[in-house]
Amino acid sequence: MSNAAGTSVLRARGVRKEYGKGEGLVRAVDGVDLDVGAGETVAIMGPSGCGKSTLLHMLGGLDRPSGGEVSLNGRRIDDIGEKALARMRRTAVGFVFQSFHLMEELTAVENVELSALLAGRSPRAARRRAEELLEQVGLADRARFLPSALSGGQRQRVAVARALSNEPLVVLADEPTGNLDSAATLDVLQLFETLHESGQTLVIVTHDPRITATTDRVISMRDGAFVDETRLTGGTTGRLGALAGLED
Amino acid sequence: MGRILLVGRLAVRDLRRRRTEAALLLLAIMAATTTLTLGLVLRDAAGDPYQSTREATSGPDVVASVGQSSKLSGLEKLAGAPGVIDHSGPYPVVSAKLQASDRTSDVQAVGRDAAPTSVDQPEPTQGGWVGDGGVVVEAAFANALDVRVGDQVTLDGRSFKVVGVAVTAAMPPYPGTSCIVPPGCMSGPVPGDLADAGMPRGLLQNPGLVWLTQADARSLDPDPSYVMNLKLADPNEAQAFADANEGDPSGATPMRSWENILEDATELARDSQILLLIGAWLLGLLAVAGLSVLVGGRIADQTRRVGLLKAVGGTPGLVAAVLLAEYVLVAIVAAAAGLAVGSLTAPLLTESSAGLVGSAGLPSMTMSTVGLVTAVALGVGMVATVVPAVRAARSSTVNALADSPRPPRRIGRLIAISARLPVPLLLALRVAARRPRRVVLSVVSIAITVSGIFVLLVLNAFLSTQPLTGGYGDAQVEVLRRVLLVWTVILLCLAAVNAIAITWATVLDNRHSSALARALGATPRDVSAALAAAQVAPALVGAVLGVFPGGFALYGAINAITGGDGDRATLPSLWQLLALVLATVLVVAALTSVPARLGGRRPVAETL
Repeated sequence: MSNAAGTSVLRARGVRKEYGKGEGLVRAVDGVDLDVGAGETVAIMGPSGCGKSTLLHMLGGLDRPSGGEVSLNGRRIDDIGEKALARMRRTAVGFVFQSFHLMEELTAVENVELSALLAGRSPRAARRRAEELLEQVGLADRARFLPSALSGGQRQRVAVARALSNEPLVVLADEPTGNLDSAATLDVLQLFETLHESGQTLVIVTHDPRITATTDRVISMRDGAFVDETRLTGGTTGRLGALAGLED
Repeated sequence: MGRILLVGRLAVRDLRRRRTEAALLLLAIMAATTTLTLGLVLRDAAGDPYQSTREATSGPDVVASVGQSSKLSGLEKLAGAPGVIDHSGPYPVVSAKLQASDRTSDVQAVGRDAAPTSVDQPEPTQGGWVGDGGVVVEAAFANALDVRVGDQVTLDGRSFKVVGVAVTAAMPPYPGTSCIVPPGCMSGPVPGDLADAGMPRGLLQNPGLVWLTQADARSLDPDPSYVMNLKLADPNEAQAFADANEGDPSGATPMRSWENILEDATELARDSQILLLIGAWLLGLLAVAGLSVLVGGRIADQTRRVGLLKAVGGTPGLVAAVLLAEYVLVAIVAAAAGLAVGSLTAPLLTESSAGLVGSAGLPSMTMSTVGLVTAVALGVGMVATVVPAVRAARSSTVNALADSPRPPRRIGRLIAISARLPVPLLLALRVAARRPRRVVLSVVSIAITVSGIFVLLVLNAFLSTQPLTGGYGDAQVEVLRRVLLVWTVILLCLAAVNAIAITWATVLDNRHSSALARALGATPRDVSAALAAAQVAPALVGAVLGVFPGGFALYGAINAITGGDGDRATLPSLWQLLALVLATVLVVAALTSVPARLGGRRPVAETL
C-alpha cells in the first residue's frame, strides 16, 4: 500500500509478527507493506484482533517485528537498539492510546509536558509548550485538573496534546475514540481534522467507520494482512460532524 | 462452619498458588520469632547451671569476708548469728601472682582443709582436692589460662602442682570473681602502671581463684584476709541477712548473698538475653515493614479475586477474613518454626562459663514463652495485613472486577521539583511520590538495619579491644560474639529480603507508568535507573537516620537496660559512619539492580 505524495515518512515492508511455535503459531501481522507520506492521514480499519494495534506498535517502535522492515523518515527502526528506539519515540513519534494512558497523579499540563521533559527540554520550555498545546486542544482552563476530574473526551485531548509535545514526524493513534461517547468522539475527530489541516502525519487504527471521514486513505485489515485500500481525497474538510453522522 | 471452611480453603489455596511469596513471608516472621524465642529461653536457662553448681557444692547462702585478722572476731560472731544453721571457715585468703607456662595473673588463694566441709565444698571437675604442695584452680580460670591437672604453676615464685580443677557457688566464675583481699580488685584492661593510672598499689587485676591448704596459703602471706561461708535456715532471707549484718560496728564485713553471686554468675546469659530480646524487637519491626510491603503488593494482585468474592455475595467482613486468614496461618507456622529453631539453638548461646557445673542443656519451653512468641508472630502478621485487607474489603466491587489499580498519591511539590532533574531522577522521584507509605516503610526498614549494625560495630569493637571488661572471659566473649553473629546474619538477611521485596513491589506497581514513560521516549536504562534510585534515595535517608539518631539511641537503650558502662565503649569514628552509610546505599543499589533492570525491560506494548 503506497502513498500518493511519494515521500514516505513511514515505510513498512513485509512486516510480520508471530507468536508461538509449530502448531500453536499465530501470525498477528502477516507480511504488511505500507507507505505513509508526509502530512498524510491514514486509517487502518478492521475487526478486533485482526492485528491493527500490533502493527501500530511495530510502526512506532513499541514492539519489534518477527520479520520485515520498518523505516521512519528513511531510517530503519526494526533493527536498532532499545536506547535508539527510545530516542526515536521521544522525537519522532507521538502516541495516542484508546485508554488515554495519562498518569493519574499528574495534572493535565504535567502530563503534557512529560514528553518534553523526557526529551531533555528545560522545565520552563516544556511547560510553555504544554500550555500552548492545551490551549490548542481547548483545555487551557483545565490545565491544573487531574485526569480523574476530566471527561473522557477531555482526557483524550490531553493525550493528543501530549503526543504533539515534541513535534513528532508522525502521530500514531490506537482506537482514539474507542472509549468515548458521541460528543467526545466529535471533539476528538475535530482535533484530528485540525492536525490533518496543519500537515501533521497521522496513522489512526480504528474499527469505527465514522473516523475514516477525517482521513486521506482507509486501509482494511483482516487476519493480519491488508485486504483493501480506499483513497478519500478532499472530501473530509468542513462539515466533518455531519459527514461522520454526529451532527444534524 | 461452612464459612470457616471456605475461608480456610481459600487461604490455603492462595498460599499454595504463590509459594515463593508465602516462603518469604514465613522467613520474615520466623526470623523475628526465632530471635525472640532465643531471648526468652535464655532467660529461663540462665539460672540452671548455677543452681546445679550450688547443689553439687553445698553452696553457701552468704559469703562474708574481712581484710585483717584483727577483725576475725566479727566473722566468728556471724557464725552464731540468728538464722545461721551451719558454716565453714573462716579460711585464710591471700593475694599472689600466679605464673602458668608463659601467662601470669593475679590470684586470690584460699586456704582450705583437705577434709570436706558441709558448706561450700568446691566440686572437682578434673583431678582432686587440695593437699600439701598442690593447688586447685577454679574451672573458668583454668580454662582461661589453659591450665590442666598435672601442670606446674608458681605462686609468688613458689612452685605448686595443679592437683585439681573445681567449681564453686561461693564466687562467680572467672573473670567475675568476688574480691576478698585488700586493697581490692579491678576488672578490665590492665594499665601499664597502676600508680600512673591513679590506682592504689597492690590492687589485684582481674584476679582468678585457686585453693591451697591453709598452711600453704599462710606460707605465702602470714597476715591473710579471711572468708567464711554461712548456711541460713531460710536461704531466701540471705540478702536481708547480709544487709542487716554488713554494717556491723565491730568492723566492715563485706557480704555477698547467693542471689547476688547468681546475678554475677549469669551476667553473660542475661546480657545475651537482653541483646537477643532487643534484636527480636528490631527484627519484629523489620518484619512488619517488609511484610507490609509484601502483603500490600500481594493484595494488590488479588484485586480481581476480591471483586469476584464480593460479586458472588461475600461481605466485606468475609473478604477481610480470607485475606487475614492467609497471614494468620503463615504467622502460626512461623511461630512454631521459630520456637523449634530458637529452643534447639539456645544451648549454643548458654555456655555461661566453664565455671559452673553442667550446662543449660535443652532449655525448657514454658507456656509463657510459647504464648508470647505466638502472640508476637500473630501481631506482626496482623499489623502488616490489616490496612491492605480492610482497604481491599472496602473497595468497590466494580472497580475490583475491572482490576483497576489503586490510584497513586499526588505530591505536587515533589512533581514540580522533579521536573528540574535529569530523566532518571525525575522518574525516580515520581515513582517514590506515588507511594509515600512504601517509602516510609523503606526508610524505616533501612534505619532499623543500620541502627542494628551501628550497635553491632560498637559491641564488636568493645569485645575486641576491652578484654575482661564487664566480667567476660575469652570463652564468654566467644559466646557473645555468637549472639552478635546470630543478630547480624538474621538482620542482614531480613533487610535484604525487604529491599528486594520493596523494589519488586515498586516494579509491579509501576509497570504501567514505566511502560508509558518508555512509550514517551524514556530508555530502558532510564526506567531501570529510576526504579533503583527510588529505592536508593530512601535507603540513603534511612541509613543516615539509622546512624543518627537511630544507632546512638539504640546503643543508649541497650546500655541503660544492661547497666553497661557506655563510656568505655569506642563509638565508630566519623569515617566509619560515612562508610556504613555509603556501604548501605551501595548494597541496596546492588540488591535492587536486578529487579529494577527487569522492571525497566518489560515489553511496552504488552503492558500498555
